[in-house]
Amino acid sequence: MSLTMNRNDVLLLIGFTIVVFAAPFIFTPIGAGYPDLLQKFAIFGIFALGFNILFGLTGYLSFGHAAFLGVGSYTAVWSFKLLSMNPLPAIFFAILLGGLFSAVIGYISLRRSGIYFSILTLAFAQMCYNLAYSVLTPITNGETGLQLDQSDPRILDTAAGIDYGAALPVSNFFGIDMNSTVETTLFGQTLQFNSGYYFCAVLLILCFFISMRIFRSPFGLMLRAVKSNQNRMSYTGLNTKPYALAAFIISGMYAGLAGGLMAVTDPLAGAERMQWTASGEVVLMTILGGAGTLLGPVIGAGVIKYFENIFSSFNEGILMQAYSFLPETLQHALVSISSLFVGEGWHLTLGALFMLIVIFLPGGLMEGFRRIRTGISRLMGGGKSGKASDRASAAAE
Amino acid sequence: MSKLYVNRRGLLKGTAAAGVGLAAPTIFTSRAWSAEYMNEPTGDTVTLGFNVPQTGAYADEGADELRAYQLAVEHLNGEGDGGMLSTFSSKELKGEGVNGKKVAFVTGDTQTKSDAARASAKRMIEKDGAVMITGGSSSGVAIAVQGLCQEAGVIFMAGLTHSNDTTGKDKRANGFRHFFNTEMTGAALAPVLKNNFGSDRKAYHLTADYTWGWSQEGSIKKYTEELGWETVAAVRTPLGAGDFSQYITPVLNSGADVLVLNHYGRDMVNSLTQAVQFGLRDKEVNGKKFAIVVPLFSRLMAQGAGDAIKGIFGSTNWHWSLQDEGSKAFVKSFGQKYGFPPSQAAHTCYCQTILYADACQRAGSFRPSAVGAALEGFSFDGLGNGPTEYRAADHQCFKDVLVVKGKENPSSNYDLLEVVEITPRAQVEYPAELLGGELGPYNDGA
Amino acid sequence: MDEILLQILNGLDKGGAYALIALGLTIIFGTLGVVNFAHGALFMLGAFCAVAVKAFLGMEKVTLDPTQTTAWGTPMEIRQPYMEAWFGEFGRLVVDFSVPFSVLVAVPVMLIVGIAMERGLIRFFYKRPHADQILVTFGLAIVLQEIIKSFFGANPIPQPAPEAAQGMIDFGIALGFDAGNVVYPAWRLIYFLFSLAVIGGVFAFLQLTTFGMVVRAGMADRETVGLLGIDIDRRFTVVFGIAAVVAGLAGAMYTPILSPDYHMGMDFLVLSFVVVVVGGMGSLPGAVLAGFLLGILQSFASMNEVKDIFPGIDQIIIYLIAVVILLVRPRGLLGRKGVMEH
Repeated sequence: MSLTMNRNDVLLLIGFTIVVFAAPFIFTPIGAGYPDLLQKFAIFGIFALGFNILFGLTGYLSFGHAAFLGVGSYTAVWSFKLLSMNPLPAIFFAILLGGLFSAVIGYISLRRSGIYFSILTLAFAQMCYNLAYSVLTPITNGETGLQLDQSDPRILDTAAGIDYGAALPVSNFFGIDMNSTVETTLFGQTLQFNSGYYFCAVLLILCFFISMRIFRSPFGLMLRAVKSNQNRMSYTGLNTKPYALAAFIISGMYAGLAGGLMAVTDPLAGAERMQWTASGEVVLMTILGGAGTLLGPVIGAGVIKYFENIFSSFNEGILMQAYSFLPETLQHALVSISSLFVGEGWHLTLGALFMLIVIFLPGGLMEGFRRIRTGISRLMGGGKSGKASDRASAAAE
Repeated sequence: MSKLYVNRRGLLKGTAAAGVGLAAPTIFTSRAWSAEYMNEPTGDTVTLGFNVPQTGAYADEGADELRAYQLAVEHLNGEGDGGMLSTFSSKELKGEGVNGKKVAFVTGDTQTKSDAARASAKRMIEKDGAVMITGGSSSGVAIAVQGLCQEAGVIFMAGLTHSNDTTGKDKRANGFRHFFNTEMTGAALAPVLKNNFGSDRKAYHLTADYTWGWSQEGSIKKYTEELGWETVAAVRTPLGAGDFSQYITPVLNSGADVLVLNHYGRDMVNSLTQAVQFGLRDKEVNGKKFAIVVPLFSRLMAQGAGDAIKGIFGSTNWHWSLQDEGSKAFVKSFGQKYGFPPSQAAHTCYCQTILYADACQRAGSFRPSAVGAALEGFSFDGLGNGPTEYRAADHQCFKDVLVVKGKENPSSNYDLLEVVEITPRAQVEYPAELLGGELGPYNDGA
Repeated sequence: MDEILLQILNGLDKGGAYALIALGLTIIFGTLGVVNFAHGALFMLGAFCAVAVKAFLGMEKVTLDPTQTTAWGTPMEIRQPYMEAWFGEFGRLVVDFSVPFSVLVAVPVMLIVGIAMERGLIRFFYKRPHADQILVTFGLAIVLQEIIKSFFGANPIPQPAPEAAQGMIDFGIALGFDAGNVVYPAWRLIYFLFSLAVIGGVFAFLQLTTFGMVVRAGMADRETVGLLGIDIDRRFTVVFGIAAVVAGLAGAMYTPILSPDYHMGMDFLVLSFVVVVVGGMGSLPGAVLAGFLLGILQSFASMNEVKDIFPGIDQIIIYLIAVVILLVRPRGLLGRKGVMEH
């Protein structure tokens, strides 16, 4: 793998980095600039990036990746409990165990392809979930979820002489508390800069970079070849399984990291993180954003998390407020209609969004952006038709 | 079927100040630099966070909780008929808001999942500036959110959560529970079961295979065995099993003459319906009539079981047919607004809001440690459960427990349960050390 | 011995439901090549046909009685079902039989729903990747269940079986057991027989009619059939309708066993996929076989004797079997090569 990057990739990486670091400025106006949601954007962005390396490149559709996310979370919380409140060992072990689990499950599941592969991964994840919820309660604390305790041993912290007193400890990166937030007011808006978010953000950028390198490498090319025609590949005498397995393990490690980060920003690990609906969520994020594209999965993750957290919070009072400039009858009518889609109806909006996007934008949101851009450049009198990276992503569909 | 009428004008007034509008989000600074504690209200409103299940299996229960919260906010702000404020023994609240501030609220969806519930609560704390979080319809969620509120430094007033752990093993200083727990259910139910079925009984437990189910099974076993019952078997069933037939058929020839269903929600609806379908309610074993017991009854969920609940014993935190002044006032004000009676979930949520507001008023502050101190050891009456005390040692309310039975001839869809006995508080009290855990210090978040 | 017999019965009626859902799903897979994540929603819609029929038959005349008041001070409502008011005892009987009646309603309703779904949405996705099919049908499933929720709420709605079918049938006596040892609820036996009848009907239709022959040929090689000048598309529309009807019937008749709520489709979705894959993609007999097999094994895994040896085995048995079978038999029990492998 050569270390040279083409110009467009460098620009994309720089742009991505700027957006990620400036997230509190960008997302506060749309109500999503608070630490928890930004953390979720970054964490699920990592999760979806990793999933995309498997699904977007090789076409293997795993329905069990939430299991690795859950394993990562449990590992990280146990690392907090036993070793130290420092997130570094937590995410190290989370990635390690995510990788180990995915190596085992991937090795077995990759003996089949197509939907048989999907069902195998689903079955393993569901077994993990069901056992974590019930029989494995001593390890996972079942329904309640694994939480920190004042009386945890924390060997490394004790050895280093760190004492958290009677209060529950907070995960901290060499003294920086992961939940500390600096606030500032800009143009009447309160911006929150949260250390936990920036910890996740650095890792997100790193993961994005790695994912970009994989996409452009010979290994990535090989993975794409696995997708386009496996039979032809095997006729050439090439065994594709190791490549697919490597992709599976990498994506499992991404998931483990994401799970670990969930515990870093919020030290609790629950079994429902491993349920099939959670596995399905990352599939939806990836397809929604654009499978096989670099940026798509991150955007898909953001859109779904935004709906889940912001649309569900609109109640009738807020709607009345939003339509308050209208005459009263119209206001009430609009509130009645809108309230079907927000608050307790946010699922409906999400479902409808899935349908609309997949019907009209087969390549996900990324295809939408590309169409807009070609449209604009055509209007501008036909400049270059999009960046090279986009052409590459289109080819990967 | 009755329709829900939300008084939009009233609602508008109630939430106007929380104006996190679509067009202009975050229009106020929630945490000023000078704040002494997390989300100290600086304007003329105080924001509460109502975190209830709006999607998933408990969505209807969540909707009922939200109705109760809206009613409580109206009453606190001096709208409507005042509900239980007029019967509440503490007269600090005058319908002029709390500590001179109007009460506003934000809502969120827990999805009955710990992660989603914590995310939603975090939004309320970090973005909307909520100074108290309340709600929920299951113990897993309650414990997860309670832990979060402790970390963040706001008060958590638990909604419907019945597991011992909420105020036992996993109790936290910032968390308070009005609802009862499995320990109290066991203590209240066992004597009534003995009176009705005798002391020579063989019980068979079907238990939802998660923390709450085990807690419930343990309590019932403990108290019934003290009275001479024998436990034939206790079988764990997967959550959301749907069809329970494979667990019910072994009961038929097991020699047991009582079936205890430690299930809640849909599991309860399904296992009870199916147990009755298998003829267990009309069976005779050992010369005795077979009995089915559902330790935690919810009127709202019981509707889903239809006729199957007739004659089935269980316990409940509150029921709308109670005739004390507090319950009557609450049912009247809820029924007039929505057209049907409130559920026990609605009742406990309404009480929690009133109790929190009252404690803030008495403390003269919203600071969690001050509010907590005002709640600890607080004795009150007039909220529908008779004389009640918030015990300081574990932040658990102690009050009478209702033992109920499925009504044979219900007069309406809502009239499904009849109160068999009101077990006095003294009988269900237990030492705080029994359940373990430690509260730890209050966290004010600053 | 009676224990085991009872568990086999449990497995049969559970398996009946699994088989019916999986049958429809595998028809859609096999003929149209579409991964239908909305199939659970079709099962749910069928169940809500029963709810709607009961609600319709049970419509009540509401009169206000000013002499009595409710606990919140409004006049008491006196409710009387119209059917009872108009037809007396016969009316009551009709309401009592609402679940069997709903089957008659479910057939046309589900046929229309299925055809509308295929014409309006699914047909545009035949050539699209499976991932797109999953996303669009999953979105549709969410939309359908949210619509049902906004009409019927989130709580389960009880649908009692007709009184005549509420009793128990004691057939241990016929097998030489003591009376009362092997008894089983009548409705569950009816459900099992019903599922056999529907399965038989579908097989007969596909095996014995010309239409079925063309469809089977289409399943084997769609392009060739198209080249023969047969309008395969129109037939496939009907096939989708039939699959929807089968799922709907399974749902409507299941309501006395499982009080329906808007979310029940999702609970069956994963399970039905496992059943289909274990049976083998595109194999109808495989789907039926796997349905009953998984139903029975699930019942056995729930026995105390088994659980004592393997704690928690009943939680994972379905998935464990799926893994084992897929590793031993690459294409499930009766699957054909090349179907949905890429």
